[in-house]
Amino acid sequence: MESAVQFLDMGGYALFVWPAFIMVAIVMTALLIWSWRDLRRERQTLELLAERRGSGETAGTGNDA
Amino acid sequence: MVNWHRLANPKLFLTWSRRVLPWAAVITALLLAVGLYLSLFVAPPDYQQGDTVRIMFVHVPSAWMALFTYTVMAGASAAGLIWKSPLSHLTAKAAAPIGASFTLLALATGALWGQPMWGTWWVWDARLTSVLILFFLYLGYMAIWQAIDDYTRAAKSAAILALVGFVNVPIIKFSVDWWNTLHQPASVLRLDGPSIHPTLLTPLFVMIAAFTGYFIVLLLIRLEREILARQAQTLRRAQARG
Amino acid sequence: MLVVVFFVLTVTLFPLGVGPEASVLRRIAPGVIWVSALLAAMLSLDRLFQVDFEDGSLDQLALAPLPLELVAAAKCLAHWLSTGLPLLVISPLLGILLNLSGEAYGTLLLAMAIGTPSLSLVGAIGAALTVGIRRGGVLLSLLVLPLYIPVLIFGVGAIDAALVGLGGNAHLLVLAAILLIALPLAPWAVAGALRLNLE
Repeated sequence: MESAVQFLDMGGYALFVWPAFIMVAIVMTALLIWSWRDLRRERQTLELLAERRGSGETAGTGNDA
Repeated sequence: MVNWHRLANPKLFLTWSRRVLPWAAVITALLLAVGLYLSLFVAPPDYQQGDTVRIMFVHVPSAWMALFTYTVMAGASAAGLIWKSPLSHLTAKAAAPIGASFTLLALATGALWGQPMWGTWWVWDARLTSVLILFFLYLGYMAIWQAIDDYTRAAKSAAILALVGFVNVPIIKFSVDWWNTLHQPASVLRLDGPSIHPTLLTPLFVMIAAFTGYFIVLLLIRLEREILARQAQTLRRAQARG
Repeated sequence: MLVVVFFVLTVTLFPLGVGPEASVLRRIAPGVIWVSALLAAMLSLDRLFQVDFEDGSLDQLALAPLPLELVAAAKCLAHWLSTGLPLLVISPLLGILLNLSGEAYGTLLLAMAIGTPSLSLVGAIGAALTVGIRRGGVLLSLLVLPLYIPVLIFGVGAIDAALVGLGGNAHLLVLAAILLIALPLAPWAVAGALRLNLE
């Protein structure tokens, strides 16, 4: 218990050490999630487009894209 | 082993990238876990700086990424202009936000390190100043992609800018160093070079490796997204034409 | 000549901002003059190719037998003659307004003479890259100002060195080196940027 407190205290520099690590963690996680979400969305869009293309040609309708 | 030339083909690249990505992610996660363990639990506090020295384990890798990413960006831009390889410009585009983020992280963690060590959040230290300017270079690069709608024009303009910036980085670095030695307050603690204790070096290198792995993972994801976005754009245009 | 007005006006703002104390102004004079010159040079950049681009004469120039690199270099020279040179001529006057010490004027003129051509050359790259962009002015400043930093540092450094009696030769040499790097590379980059904007 005491050692955990001591560890978190970082020799009195907790206010500087932890924000640095947390900030890096947040930015790295956020970038990863954003990029991954963008990729998934792009994959869906592409599938949709390919689908529409297939059906659009048989139905002979123009698409609004 | 890998036929690099064939990877320049988007389709082949995607198959390759999807196969590599999980492995890269696992290796990166392992490196990151080991690196964090070493830097938070194993590395001893510095005799001068105490535990603030641990900030180095995220600060230095961030700064490394800031420079490394710019190099990748400039290299890819050059390849795009010279060999017109289809993926080069997209690689540079995908890398830029990663570089900008790490540049910002390097600045922020630097400020958090500076406050307890120098007694101020920001000093016009040569390194901090150069990194700040590097951040502006990233912003300019990203802004020009944003500003131009036509893909080919945007790609080539951004590539020219990246190369002009790349030629300038050493000149800027040199001039900022010169400027700084003239204005350097004598009390600033030197943090650089071989004075780092070896017990601190291992965690540092592991963290640098982990950050580089993270860069690769993120770049593969972002690059695939850019490729798909390009394909979607071409499809849309083809459909609009009827 | 509007550039010169802008230059003088910007410099005038500083005493109003930091106070009229002669010693303070003397201390910051080299920096103020150079920063204002940077801004003035940058502000006149966005018209460098824009007019020719809009009325199609840029296309003519690109098709002409003259290499576009040469046209680009000529444009840079024109920009320097219409911007850098007037700034250079007026800068001693601003030095007087800011109580700059007598021994610095020679170096000020030399530094401006060697430094401002680099501003035109590097700035032209930014101007060429943003030529087709609507409201490209802000983007242009984002692209160009970071690249101006070395000129600023050594331009001011030369004057400061002269002020403390060290002589600004080392700084002037670096400014000359920067110019020598920019001179062959910039027109090449400008021409490349123009070509792809004309495609």
